Amino acid sequence: MQYLVSVIHDSSDLATPGEMAAIDVFNDGLQAQGYWVFAGGLAAPGTATVIDNRDGAAVFTDGPYLESKEYIVGFWVIEAADLDVALKLAAEGSKACNRKVEVRPFR
Amino acid sequence: MSQTDAQEAVTGAHREQWARVVASLTRRFGDLDIAEEAAAEAFATAVERWPADGVPPSPGAWLTTTANRKAIDRIRREAKRDGKQKEAQMLYDGDPPEPLGAIGDERLRLIFTCCHPALAMETRVALTLRMVAGLTVAEIARAFLVQETTMERRITRAKAKIKAARIPYRVPSAQDLPPRISGVLAVLFLVFNEGYLATGPGTDPLRHDLTAEAIRLTRLIRALMPGDGEVAGLLALMLLTEARRAARVSARGELIPLGEQDRGAWDVTLIAEGHQLVRERLAAAAAGVAPGRYQILAAINAVHTSARDVRATDWSQVLALYDQLARLDSSPIVALNRAIAVAELDGPEVALAAVDRLEGELAGYHAYHATRAELLRRLGRSQKSRAAYGKAIELAGNTAEIAYLTRRRDQLG
Repeated sequence: MQYLVSVIHDSSDLATPGEMAAIDVFNDGLQAQGYWVFAGGLAAPGTATVIDNRDGAAVFTDGPYLESKEYIVGFWVIEAADLDVALKLAAEGSKACNRKVEVRPFR
Repeated sequence: MSQTDAQEAVTGAHREQWARVVASLTRRFGDLDIAEEAAAEAFATAVERWPADGVPPSPGAWLTTTANRKAIDRIRREAKRDGKQKEAQMLYDGDPPEPLGAIGDERLRLIFTCCHPALAMETRVALTLRMVAGLTVAEIARAFLVQETTMERRITRAKAKIKAARIPYRVPSAQDLPPRISGVLAVLFLVFNEGYLATGPGTDPLRHDLTAEAIRLTRLIRALMPGDGEVAGLLALMLLTEARRAARVSARGELIPLGEQDRGAWDVTLIAEGHQLVRERLAAAAAGVAPGRYQILAAINAVHTSARDVRATDWSQVLALYDQLARLDSSPIVALNRAIAVAELDGPEVALAAVDRLEGELAGYHAYHATRAELLRRLGRSQKSRAAYGKAIELAGNTAEIAYLTRRRDQLG
């Protein structure tokens, strides 16, 4: 079962060196224990473009699909047996990157 | 077999077997929704069949077998409709059998799943009452003053989340147990309190079904964790509160405050069991284990239930316990209850000053106004007391409490 762990914050500033080091340790642990699928950091919402091609004529809109004070600044995709495992890993991830995270299962 | 006997047998089986049937089906089919629906159908079949066919020798086994058949029927129907390989689900059995400690009770898995921390508190309460206690959605909706459709949605959404996010169906491992237990206790305490002082005009003022169910489930948790102080504390608190049930409402349907209750009507067996638990925790505290809030609340109730009459109450002991509780829990409700003990020791004037300081936080809470009204009455300030009773009546939800407050207000000179 895969889960998306989104990192939520109100700034896309890079992590501090201390946070970066903690994230590295956490990532190494994910890989060593077989939970790792993928992870990445995202640029600021201001760099996003929304595309609507439902009518076959693509319309591009500058900016994110939803304006909000907090947004996703990065994510992990993890493989976990159940939500208890995912929540435990997400709690460690939150501590490591020093930000709130949201866990959501893939279908 | 008479119609009444068969009905009683179904009611009894529902009380004894509902959670077991739901738990065993959830384990087999890995789906709470299927388990709940099939269990409900099995009980409906029992209502039809038992009066005619007689009560089966083992009602639990009959119900589980019938519910299993209903579940398999549903899965086959859906498989046919969806053209999917849902039959595979019938063999689903996610976890290998695990040792459950001294008691191998399937219902514990169900409780831990329903009280999972990834679910909102109100959802946990609703799900526990439906899946474990077997209350209908309509009954739960009534208990919490929401529309039945709202409650149905809440429960449906919770079942969908449990399935989609794969909330596991198991008792947590020993290292994860303490925080999970405290979450379960909070749910059981809420269920108990709703039974202790039921809200809403349409229900009995005391809901023995809810208090009894909360006690039953807390006993179950205690069997799992006999050494946990807060589990013992909550059970003692519930027993010592439940012991006073027969004395709490008058023949006229008014709530009777602790000080005016006929103590001869208290249940001595429940009190003895509660006191035994409190003594057990006092011994642990003497050995250096700091008590949690349920243990302190149980100790306060033990002081009250030890007094032959209200004048014999050891109020300084009650106050000392509230001081101890206030250090753990800075909530204004603790401060309000502490003030009631202060009134007995230092007089109503001092207590009123303490209560008045809580206005900012408790202005919307009926007990705040009821306490003020009582203190003002004792101080002879009838007009202010009348106004405070008025506010308390306006905010109170319990019919027997409203009746009591109304009479007190109308008795003011």
